[in-house]
Amino acid sequence: MKRFKIFAVTSVFLLAASNVHAGATLDTIKKNGFIKCGVSDGLPGFSFADEKGNYSGIDVDVCRAAAAAVFGDATKVKFTPLTAKERFTALQSGEIDLLSRNTTWTSSRDSAQGMNFTGVTYYDGQGFLVNKKLGVSSAKQLDGATICINAGTTHELNLSDYFRANKTKFTPLTYEKSDESAKSLEAGRCDVLTSDQSQLYAQRIKLAKPDDYVVLPEVISKEPLGPVVRHGDDDWFDIVKWALYTMVNAEELGVNSKNVEEMKKSTNPDIKRLLGVEGDKGKDFGLANDWMAAVIKQVGNYGEIFDRNVGAGSPLKIQRGLNALWNQGGLQYAPPLR
Amino acid sequence: MTESALTPIKPPFWNNPRTRAIAFQVIALIVTVAVGLYIFDNTQHNLRRLGIASGFGFLSSPSGFDILQSLIPYSATSSYGRVFWVALLNTLLVSALGIVLATLIGFVIGIARLSKNWLISRLALLYIEIFRNIPLLLQIFFWYFAVLRAMPAPRQSLNLGDAAFLNIRGLYLPAPQFQPGFSWVLAALGVAIALAWGLARWARRRQMATGQQFPTLSASLALLAGLPVLTYWLVGSPLAWEYPELQGFNFRGGWVVVPEMASLLLALSIYTAAFIAEIVRAGIQAVSHGQTEASLSLGLDPGQTLRLIILPQALRVIIPPLTNQYLNLTKNSSLAAAIGYPDLVSSFAGTVLNQTGQAIECIAITMAVYLTISLLISLLMNWYNRRVALVER
Repeated sequence: MKRFKIFAVTSVFLLAASNVHAGATLDTIKKNGFIKCGVSDGLPGFSFADEKGNYSGIDVDVCRAAAAAVFGDATKVKFTPLTAKERFTALQSGEIDLLSRNTTWTSSRDSAQGMNFTGVTYYDGQGFLVNKKLGVSSAKQLDGATICINAGTTHELNLSDYFRANKTKFTPLTYEKSDESAKSLEAGRCDVLTSDQSQLYAQRIKLAKPDDYVVLPEVISKEPLGPVVRHGDDDWFDIVKWALYTMVNAEELGVNSKNVEEMKKSTNPDIKRLLGVEGDKGKDFGLANDWMAAVIKQVGNYGEIFDRNVGAGSPLKIQRGLNALWNQGGLQYAPPLR
Repeated sequence: MTESALTPIKPPFWNNPRTRAIAFQVIALIVTVAVGLYIFDNTQHNLRRLGIASGFGFLSSPSGFDILQSLIPYSATSSYGRVFWVALLNTLLVSALGIVLATLIGFVIGIARLSKNWLISRLALLYIEIFRNIPLLLQIFFWYFAVLRAMPAPRQSLNLGDAAFLNIRGLYLPAPQFQPGFSWVLAALGVAIALAWGLARWARRRQMATGQQFPTLSASLALLAGLPVLTYWLVGSPLAWEYPELQGFNFRGGWVVVPEMASLLLALSIYTAAFIAEIVRAGIQAVSHGQTEASLSLGLDPGQTLRLIILPQALRVIIPPLTNQYLNLTKNSSLAAAIGYPDLVSSFAGTVLNQTGQAIECIAITMAVYLTISLLISLLMNWYNRRVALVER
């Protein structure tokens, strides 16, 4: 009976949650009039709330693009800040409709955890941030170091793999919030902070003396970060996937938020289809025919959101690198609009 | 008069209170089981629909991550099941140490609260009011982020006699290395405990019979300390010490008390001790003052009065609420997650849940464990309560 009680109590949570998304996610979103989007608990460049509570960042823009697609209005988003540990349960239970929180695409998350990654917003890799005082120039010299990590991330696993492969030892210090890890690094409780390189750059500008810290050259893993939806929700999955592809295609075709109206007069058939001037590719998604134009107009193309949030136009000044378009030496590639 | 006239008229069966009671219980049982089955089925259905793996098979797959503190051998190649035991032992360690510390501090403060010395009783009052009224999580943060973060870096460690070192990474202590002959010392300790127990029994009987007292406490202590030390010396000091040494980034070797554990332990015991102190004070005040006067007039000194007359009677009042405090302390230890101490909630219901995505299983196991620990503690305390309870003849 006791065992039953525990089980019953636990199941009630799931029951309560499962009723929320008994219908298709897209129907619920349309009924609510906004998208519930899970973002990070504060990572400059990806999702960060300013003192007025306005969110900005590349992950935030993905949420906005989805809202622009569904409602023609990029502001119809309710953001929920989540720690790395909370994020999947929040998505699985239906607390959020879309998780856009610098989340690494892995096989087990795609399969056993019941989620679908819709694409890659940012190609990243795990690196190390250390205090210059330590005089370390390579991750190979980190034998015996105490390393701060965020709980529930792929970094916990990559870190153990890396040190095992190099037959070196380390002491892990696992925090739930990335701010706590950063504070511990500053106080000297740990020697190294490990995370995605983009996050390390973002964390560094939050430290009191950013110049005292350096990101080591080694990248120890592949971290393709992307938006995530629940398994088995194909309509919604398609919309989120193509909201991102729209922004990538727009950059490739030279359409941006400023010239989108002008481009509607373009004779290029690709651009005509993209902006809903010709054909009914937009309608195929069950949305307005010009939803892609709305995404580009209100959020921008991929190049614009990268530049504004993490690239040259932001304090992070991260190079495009792997995130350049495929025809410019990078990996960002969207399937054709046909 | 005939026999039948005596038999009362049988009411219809639905008016029979016994039948009704049984009927209602059966209905309640059926409803509970039906709701349970519905929830179970619904959960299964939704998990399948969402394509989320279920079952307990994940416990045997390799975890792939490392843990800060482990009482049993553990590495990233160990299984998730092993993580469970590591995390459970970490929870039990901090709870057990916390209970002992909180009880000690609580009794001292509680007795001090009743002291006739104005300063001592006011200081005890101050302690109770401060620590009882600040949320526990804040106290944990205070110890972790304010106090223990102020320690020096590893290379500027506070050196305690070249054997122990204190820095921001923790307290490094020399670790004992047991050599082959050490089992003799343990055996000697066992013998000493048996002897001390026998001595106490004999002394008690003799006092009952003749009224003569025997210094049991000092004799037992001498036995407990003397016998093992003597054996240790006789078999040729079979104990070496491994000293922590500064190597690269950190000290290596020896034992380390990490600040995560220290701050959690401090906060838990100091916070709970404030409540225990109030319970002890109430328990002592519940013993009628006449008992103290009677004891003093029989010629017992104040120490003996407290130990032999007041406390045994006060314990009857103290034990039940004390059990609650022990349960609270154990459950509060789950706040460890806030400062990165790898307890059950943070490592198992946190990291494992996240790496496997099997929320229901992980949370169910964690809840079952806390329930079991709590029930065990109350069983133990109830047993002790029955032992000290007033035996009525």
